[in-house]
Order: sequence, then C-alpha cells, then structure tokens
Amino acid sequence: MELILFLITALIAIVGAVAMLVSRNAVHSALFLLLNFAAIAVLFLLLQAPFLFTIQLTVYAGAIMVLFLFVVMLLGAEKVEDTPDRIAWQQPLALLLGLALLVVSVVVGLGGATNPPPESEALIQFSDPRTLGALLFTDYLLPFEVTGFILLIAVIGVVVLNQRGRKI
Amino acid sequence: MDWLTILIIVIQCFVITLAVTTAFAYLTLFERRILARLQNRVGPNRAGPAGLLQPAADAVKLFFKEDIVPAMADKPVYLLAPAVAVIPALIIWAVIPFGCLNLNWDYQACYDPARTNLWNILQITDLNIGVLYVLAVTSIGVYGITLAGWASNNKYSMLGGIRSSAQLISYELALGCAVLSVVMTYGTLSTHEIVTQQQGGLWGIIPQLLGFVLYMIAATAEVVRAPFDLVEAEQELTGGYNTEYGSMKFALFFMAEYIKLIAVSALAVTFFFGGWHFPGLDILGREVTALAGPVAGSIVFGIVSLGAFLLKVVVFLFISVWVRASWPRLRYDRLMDLGWKWLLPVGLLNLVYTTVVIILIPDRVVHSWVLFGLGAITIAIAIGFNRTPKPIDNVTLVKDIQLPN
Repeated sequence: MELILFLITALIAIVGAVAMLVSRNAVHSALFLLLNFAAIAVLFLLLQAPFLFTIQLTVYAGAIMVLFLFVVMLLGAEKVEDTPDRIAWQQPLALLLGLALLVVSVVVGLGGATNPPPESEALIQFSDPRTLGALLFTDYLLPFEVTGFILLIAVIGVVVLNQRGRKI
Repeated sequence: MDWLTILIIVIQCFVITLAVTTAFAYLTLFERRILARLQNRVGPNRAGPAGLLQPAADAVKLFFKEDIVPAMADKPVYLLAPAVAVIPALIIWAVIPFGCLNLNWDYQACYDPARTNLWNILQITDLNIGVLYVLAVTSIGVYGITLAGWASNNKYSMLGGIRSSAQLISYELALGCAVLSVVMTYGTLSTHEIVTQQQGGLWGIIPQLLGFVLYMIAATAEVVRAPFDLVEAEQELTGGYNTEYGSMKFALFFMAEYIKLIAVSALAVTFFFGGWHFPGLDILGREVTALAGPVAGSIVFGIVSLGAFLLKVVVFLFISVWVRASWPRLRYDRLMDLGWKWLLPVGLLNLVYTTVVIILIPDRVVHSWVLFGLGAITIAIAIGFNRTPKPIDNVTLVKDIQLPN
C-alpha cells in the first residue's frame, strides 16, 4: 500500500516538474511547480515526517510560490516573448548538469549507501518537532545561524537596491 | 491499520464535510436574519417556517443558473480556482477537536495527556503538529482567490485578486504570532493537548488575552470578512475576484469564505475558550458512569462536550455578524498600516512577554494572571496611542494650486 502511494505521488511530482519546464505560460509553470511542491510534501508524509510536510507546505507552497505568482501577475509577464534568448548557452548547460545530478543520484542509490530507516518508536521520537528544534539549537547551531545571516544579507540587499537612485 | 479503522475514518471525513457544508448553508441564513434584525428589518422569512428553507432555495437557484466561462478567460485555471479555494477550507477541519467521545468507553481518557486508551471519534486526527497543519493550510488558502482574479482576465477581478494576496500575506504574520504564543503557553503543537491543558477553568484567554485580540483581528482579515473585506469592495471593484463567476462556481467561493469563518471561530474556541470544556463536564461524566455504566458515561460526555463546543462556536459567529453590521470597511492603506505597524509588532511583543514570564514564573496560575495583566496593559496603551490625532491627508484642491508664475 505504501509503495503504491509512493509511486502515485512520485509520478505526480515528476509530471509536475516536467510540465513546469515545458509550459509556455509563466502562471501555468508556477502552478505546476506548486503541484510538484505538494507532491514532495506528501512524500515527506510518507516518510513519517509530518513536521517537514507542514514546513514544505508553509514555506514553499504557501509563501514562496505566492510571491512568485504575485510578481508574475503584477508585471504581466506570463506570456513568453518572441525575442531570441540572450543566454542561449544556459539550456545545454542546464541539461548537462541535470544529467550529472541524475548519474550521481543513481550511483548513490544503487551503491547501497542507504541506512535502513529507524524503527517506528525511534521514528516518532525523531520526527517530533521538539527533537528537531533541540537539534537545530544545539548540534546544528552554526549552520542554522549562518543560514539566518545569509537571509539577513538578502534583506539588506533589498533595502539597498530599493534606495538606489533615491536622494536621501 | 485494518479495514474497519479506515472505514471509520472515511465515514468521519464524510460526516464532517457534510456537516460543515450544511452549517455553511444555515450560516448564510443566520447571518441574513441577524443582520436584518440589527438593521431593523425582517430578513428572509418566506421560504418555509421562519425562512428555514431559504438555503435550499438558494442552492436550487445556484445549481440551475447558466454556467458561463468568459471567452478570454484562461479556461483550465478559471475552472480550477473555485476548487482550490474550497479544498483548504474543508481539510482544515481534520485537526479540530469537536468534542471527546471515546470509543474505548472511558471518558477519563479524554483528560489523559499521554492519550493512552483514547479513540476519540469527534476528531479526525490528532497530529503532533496540528497547529502547524492549520497554519500550512491557511497559507495555501490564498491561491483560490488569486488564481480566480488572474484567470478571469478582467481588471476588476485582477485587482481583487492582488488585493487579497497582499492582505492575506500581511495578516498571516500576525496570525502566526498569535497562534505561536498559544503554542508557547501550552508547550505543545497538538490541538487535543491544547484543549486538555485548559481543563479547570483556566482557559487560554487568561494567559493570552493579547494573543486572543490579535488572533481575532488577524483571523477576521484572513477570512476577508467585514471590516476587512476590501477584496470584494463593490464600490471600487464591482464585486472583486469573483466578478466573472456565476452559478455553482460562485457558490464555491462563497462556501469557502463561510467555511473558513466557521473554522477560525472553531480554532478561536479551541485555542482561547477551552475547546469542548464546560464547567461541570467531568462531574457529569463521573455521575453518569456511576449511574449507567462506562458506555453511557462516555456517550453522554461526548454529546455534551460536542454541544458545548458548538455553542461556543455559534457565539463567535454571532459576534462576527455583529461586527459586520457595526463597522464600516477600512481604507486599503489603513489596512496595511494596521497589519504591519500595529499587529505584527504587538504580536512579537506578546511572544517576548510569553517567553519571559513563563520562564521566570514556573507556576501555571500565577504566570497566567501575570500575562493577563501585561496583555491588558498593552491593549490599553495601544488603544491610547491610536487615539492621538492622525495626520490629515494632504490633498490639494485644484482651485488652491499656486501656479509658479
């Protein structure tokens, strides 16, 4: 039963990702990406990590994609322009890098470098938001704070860019 | 998981969905009758006794109306948007505890924080992250409105959709702060546990008076009710994001809005007013158990707790209708001011209060009342600040313009 659920969800995720790439309308692309995010969230649920499920929904589906849609709609940029692409080298490079990623993941996946998932009792303990929070504030404090710092830099960048050309 | 458990879950989902949609139908009647009373009118009273068949008449009318898709609309998204709007409003009910009817026939298990021997039929699932689930679902609720506005290919719809997304994103922060302070007070993300911890009359409104006020304002804005219903300001937008929608598709938007209103009322009851608790409920359970056995005890306990919960929700719905009848709509810039410059700072302040007081004073009762006092003082100060005269908007009339020569 779990395998069937996984296959359905994985199929939806892949279809969403591919449709996002080939869609000619930016809003449709955003919606397919949303579908992909939702499928990934369900995959987290199948891995018995409900906390990550809600975080995936709130942060990616609920916040980031709303902003994407908002910008696309406000700018009216949903139609593809017919002007030739100025960064034409981007597409083959992306394909190449994507292939490399695929190869790496297949090698890792087939190489048997996978730990068996913890048993149900330990899993419940592990997926508890309390445990996760404690880990973030003790063992992984430095990466956590560095991430926060990077986000702060982004915020400052927005303010600076917004001030440019304005007399203070 | 055997098939019986799955069957029971399916039946639960089915019953709750039906109950919530019926509640939506009668909420429209309730609102129209109460609004009419408050405005010294009669309201719809012709269909059936006291107008009780009015929702059915409305439903028949909406079902048989001609279904139109605008020629220039983006058809798939246009058809998808009502469904996207209504689904979050329905699935949010999965974690709300309506009451406690223990199918293992032991009413006392409802109070047990460890939840052993508890099979509560009046709550679909008790996630250990229930509150986060609620926030996640409300955060995807904005899509229906936004997409409807965009797909209709109508500038009024578009403006309504953009207004709504800006408003929902802004008020989500304040809502999150209010809910987070409740989570910090009770130290859990499970809705069932939040309810059980409010046993004994010390309801959530006492430690979180400030959180309650913030929650009510932010939640009213989240469900775009008056006085924050700028999304559908008729004078400015000819109807808002749903201008181009008719028949059942319009009804779905309407349904999403009202179901969300019921849901935030139910959450307010869960977080701040003791959920299904009612004074004397445990005495009732004990007496009935002694009188007629544990099965009858659990059933009576469950039904009374469900009744208490519904009663509290109806009180909140009445207040919402009352507010709608009393207050005029805010101007858009004032709305953004309120959200970002008042609610968010006060919400962060409340988080600080909650953390500091709970760490400093470990005793539950004492820190609850200290927080109550702090909250009351803060509300008084905030209202006092708002009484200072607002800057007059600088509008230069054409006849007053001084030409440079």
